[in-house]
Amino acid sequence: MIEWFAWLQLAVAVLGGALCVGLGLAGRKPTDLTMGATALVEVLLLAQLVVAVVAPLTGNTASGSLLEFYVYLISAILLPLAAGLWALIERSRWSTVILGVACLSVAVMLYRMLQIWTVQSA
Amino acid sequence: MTGVGRLLIAVYGVLALAATGRSFVQIVGKYEQAPLAYSLSALAAVVYIVATVALVNRGRGWYRTAWITITFELLGVLVIGTLSLVDPALFPHDTVWSVFGRGYLFIPLALPVLGMWWLARHPVTGVEPVTSDA
Repeated sequence: MIEWFAWLQLAVAVLGGALCVGLGLAGRKPTDLTMGATALVEVLLLAQLVVAVVAPLTGNTASGSLLEFYVYLISAILLPLAAGLWALIERSRWSTVILGVACLSVAVMLYRMLQIWTVQSA
Repeated sequence: MTGVGRLLIAVYGVLALAATGRSFVQIVGKYEQAPLAYSLSALAAVVYIVATVALVNRGRGWYRTAWITITFELLGVLVIGTLSLVDPALFPHDTVWSVFGRGYLFIPLALPVLGMWWLARHPVTGVEPVTSDA
């Protein structure tokens, strides 16, 4: 994991999540903006997957459990996909909120992943 | 389930995923360290999955299943949460319910209450009409 990239990604997920939850509660159906924000979170997660695979080859290894790291990463990758699919099937305001919930969940998981990679915990 | 109930399903789904992922890691990686806590994690994960499925589906059987699983979750988080504070030695390793679900932003504590509120507000009685949306 590259630390600054993880923090950037975390910021995008938090901002995107807040945007979607806010717009959803305001009654907006999923739009290009909210779907786009979720898609951006997803693309960054895929980039993170590449980084996680390549980084150990350059000596940047995880300090914690790799198994735990990858379970988080794979779960995180699934979330925006599931929420996005949901938003395509059901065009309601709640789908927008769900996009946001998925992004915010990804943010929490990214934080845990960063902890696992950088600070050896349990 | 319509409207805000969809959100409930989504959050349940996320929690089910989180609990399953965590218990997978615990059981594959370090089961022998704390068999009780990790078995409990796995049980909790299964219950969250069943609860999610029960909320998605309609009908009396699923409605009852939703009540049972959500009640189980509330009891779980209250009992394990209390025990983990009163006697931390019992649960040296985290479960999804330790300290009332602190590791999950207390969502495991809040969610069953919201779920019960939802179920109470939208009772399923008799034969479910095919077209009606609550």
